[in-house]
Amino acid sequence: MQHVRESLGRDPTDTEEAIISAEWSEHCSYKSSKMYIRTIPNKAPHVISEDMDSGVIDVGDGYVVTAHIESHNHPSALDPFGGAATGVGGILRDIVSAGTRPIAILDGLHFGDISTDTHAAWLLGGAVRGISHYGNCMGIPNIGGEIGFDECYTKYALVDVAAIGFGKRDRLIHNRADPGDHVVLLGGPTGYDGVGGSQFASAQMDTQDRSAVQIPDPFMEKMVMEVILQVRPHLKALKDLGGGGLACALSETADSLQVGITAHLNNVHTRNSDMTPAEIVISESQERMLAVVDDSGLSFLTQACSKFHVPISVIGSIDDTDTLRVYHNNDVVAQLPVRLAAHAPPIMWPDRPAITPESPFTPPCTDIVQVLYKMLQMPDCADKRYIYSQYDQEVGIRTVRRPGLDASVLRLDNGRYLAVSLSSNPRHCWYNPYHGTMGCFEESCRNVACVGATPVAMLDHLQFGSPEDPETFWSFKESVRALSDYATHTGIPCIGGKVSLYNETDSGPIKPSPAIMILGLSDVNHRPSQPAPGHKIILIGQTQNECGGSIYHDIIQYTGGHCPRLNLDASLRNMEAARRLATNDMYIHDASRGGLGMAIMRMCLESETGCNIDLRSISDVIPARVALFSESHSRYLVSTPPDRLDDTLAMLQNTDAPYSVVGSFGGDTITFSDGKHQYDVDIEKAGKIWSESLERMILHG
Amino acid sequence: MTLGKYIIPTEIIKLVRVGIVVFPGSNCDRDVYHTLQYTGHDPTYIWHEDHIPKYVDSIILPGGFSFADRLRAGVIASHSPIISDIQEMAKEHKPILGICNGFQILAEAGLLPGVLLPNGKQGFMCKWTNIITHQNKTPFTRTLDRGTRIPIPVANGEGRYYVDDPKKLERNGQIVFKYEYNINGSTDNIAGVCNEDGNVVGLMPHPERGAEPDINPYDHRPAMAIFEGMVA
Repeated sequence: MQHVRESLGRDPTDTEEAIISAEWSEHCSYKSSKMYIRTIPNKAPHVISEDMDSGVIDVGDGYVVTAHIESHNHPSALDPFGGAATGVGGILRDIVSAGTRPIAILDGLHFGDISTDTHAAWLLGGAVRGISHYGNCMGIPNIGGEIGFDECYTKYALVDVAAIGFGKRDRLIHNRADPGDHVVLLGGPTGYDGVGGSQFASAQMDTQDRSAVQIPDPFMEKMVMEVILQVRPHLKALKDLGGGGLACALSETADSLQVGITAHLNNVHTRNSDMTPAEIVISESQERMLAVVDDSGLSFLTQACSKFHVPISVIGSIDDTDTLRVYHNNDVVAQLPVRLAAHAPPIMWPDRPAITPESPFTPPCTDIVQVLYKMLQMPDCADKRYIYSQYDQEVGIRTVRRPGLDASVLRLDNGRYLAVSLSSNPRHCWYNPYHGTMGCFEESCRNVACVGATPVAMLDHLQFGSPEDPETFWSFKESVRALSDYATHTGIPCIGGKVSLYNETDSGPIKPSPAIMILGLSDVNHRPSQPAPGHKIILIGQTQNECGGSIYHDIIQYTGGHCPRLNLDASLRNMEAARRLATNDMYIHDASRGGLGMAIMRMCLESETGCNIDLRSISDVIPARVALFSESHSRYLVSTPPDRLDDTLAMLQNTDAPYSVVGSFGGDTITFSDGKHQYDVDIEKAGKIWSESLERMILHG
Repeated sequence: MTLGKYIIPTEIIKLVRVGIVVFPGSNCDRDVYHTLQYTGHDPTYIWHEDHIPKYVDSIILPGGFSFADRLRAGVIASHSPIISDIQEMAKEHKPILGICNGFQILAEAGLLPGVLLPNGKQGFMCKWTNIITHQNKTPFTRTLDRGTRIPIPVANGEGRYYVDDPKKLERNGQIVFKYEYNINGSTDNIAGVCNEDGNVVGLMPHPERGAEPDINPYDHRPAMAIFEGMVA
């Protein structure tokens, strides 16, 4: 506040202090991270770079796709239902504020180990119900995401939500304002819920302050969305009220439109009549939007609000000063230069390379069959159908490929198809934040390539512990460097993202947890033929001894080894080979968590057939357990009908990508052999373990 | 007439002007609109506080969460001003279809027999299943053979159909669709019913989500026939 005092030449008022502390919180201001994330390439011909709440890409024929990602970790760790639900609400408003209709939700969930920790199971169950309640009621399909479990999230929760929107390019809301325009607040009433939520999210959780968690009302949000989509041509600017409430919405709107705003807090429709001006400006009550309209826009907006019974109040006006002036009971309660309010001075934190668990050692031999069964049961790998079935995946009639394997696919109105994937891998990122993050980036791209689409845009959500810890801050910087390098090499632009710091638990910072979402486009809906007995299995890519941070090590409780390294050229080459085969209707699945062993078991379980794999064809130098469980990147499994094998191999020969035929589908067991030993997994038993374990853990702890 | 690659037999080409009733919280209204256009009809939206225009031949109540399912799914919407117009149309033997939340509303309004109860422990449930055509005398099933299996998604939290006297429904020919497997504990596997005259039909699964090849991984033709074969 010293800096504020000096700039103002006086002590700030209570309301000014509330505005500044909300807007200058890490959550809203990015004061620790801004200068780093700016280095990630974000330009491409199809990217529409404007100052909007969500990223926008042009998908041709006059249409745009919008996308955004953020998290609601602190609230969800206290009240998983309310926290996760309002997380969905917030991300959908970001899509709506660009003037586009939300067409999909994805979520990334990370909790403690639910196989032993009943509190983590309770958090997961609540978060899933919250996401399901909000999305279903809004009528937006949930088409996938990712789930991970790790002890580092004990008593905590990462709830990432991403949303995708679709609309016409000429109906985007290009934010602008002129002096005399009205500043309007519409949506739910402002109340005590969520007062100070952003500061709460920017500190370690040391209180059980549930009033900082907002109350979800998807019905109000649905009405607000319909109002906005109906009157969008008449809106000059639109801003979602999220973290920091009115304080941030007013100062950021004024700052980005380069105008002044005068606001009268008595006009704000509130839930409680006794709120102080400071409480009104920092309340984070949900389902509210701030709009800038001229006189005729106001009458359209008021009409639409009355049709849908959405409360609306004109709370102020635009002027040509550079000041944010806030009145309450005819008194000026805040008068701040917009630049001061909206721009927290950056903070430079020191960093120091973290000591990571990487080591040159490999663990002793283990019972491979036991590990395979345990893997199927692990919540990370188990069938997620129990969770997905609580989400409406079909509403909107765009869902072509449902959550499950690889990317999900939506159809667009111009006949093209949008593939979406969200990935993270905190274990790898803990071993090596640079290669781990790059691996997440590639994993999402791999998923998109598996369905025959070309990656066209990336969104990142960087979740770390406190930046005040030099090792944590170093891993954050490494992560950003990885994103920059991969984006530069592949030409995939970053169109949006979010940074969430101060994710700390009683036992310290969480593992570095970047989540990467990729959007891909395809002109055709590819319908590969499912793996069936007799189909050959081809592996594209090379398997190295890279078990560090793998599911395998987790199962045998071993820490050490090297986490997978990414080779940029091999990454692009193998991905292109896989994508080309996918566009020829080949069935492709990438190897990720759990390595080849898990990838092959997944393919067998999805298509209810066994297989026979010769491990010697994967590599003749590495031992069987490494071949099966190493999580090396840039690897894809292809299932090809025998009559198309020659074609497929010929196609692969033209790509320079390394490949080998590793086996074929058929039989009642998933069999791996290396000449000396044979490892059999019974397909029926495996299917039962895989499909039932998650539900059992969530319901019974 | 050709729509995409599908040829529609000429005897059933008759443009039906379908009113889609929009309640606050309806969220399948746009999906139904799209499907009606796709199957060659002429849809129009009608807000729940307005009257049904005279030119409308048929009514569809789409799925969603009208009034957020508060109190009980469909109960608040069943008191909307438009319901009296719908009751008039029902008496005039006009075709009326309620899908999911639309079915719940029609049941709450007394236009269809039985009630829809919460699914029980599993709560909201979204999955693909099969329903079997049990009655093909309604305006929506007339081009389907009895026994036709329809691959279709269900998505609801209160979709468990209950009726005191299923035998009476059976005798009157009021059971229109049955689940192939009882996925939610509905009485006698009932997935859809009609009124005694057969012109008002309600079903819990979503035919509009299975009526096109892109979005139906199994077979879109039976679900498409529900819309395609509609006559007024």
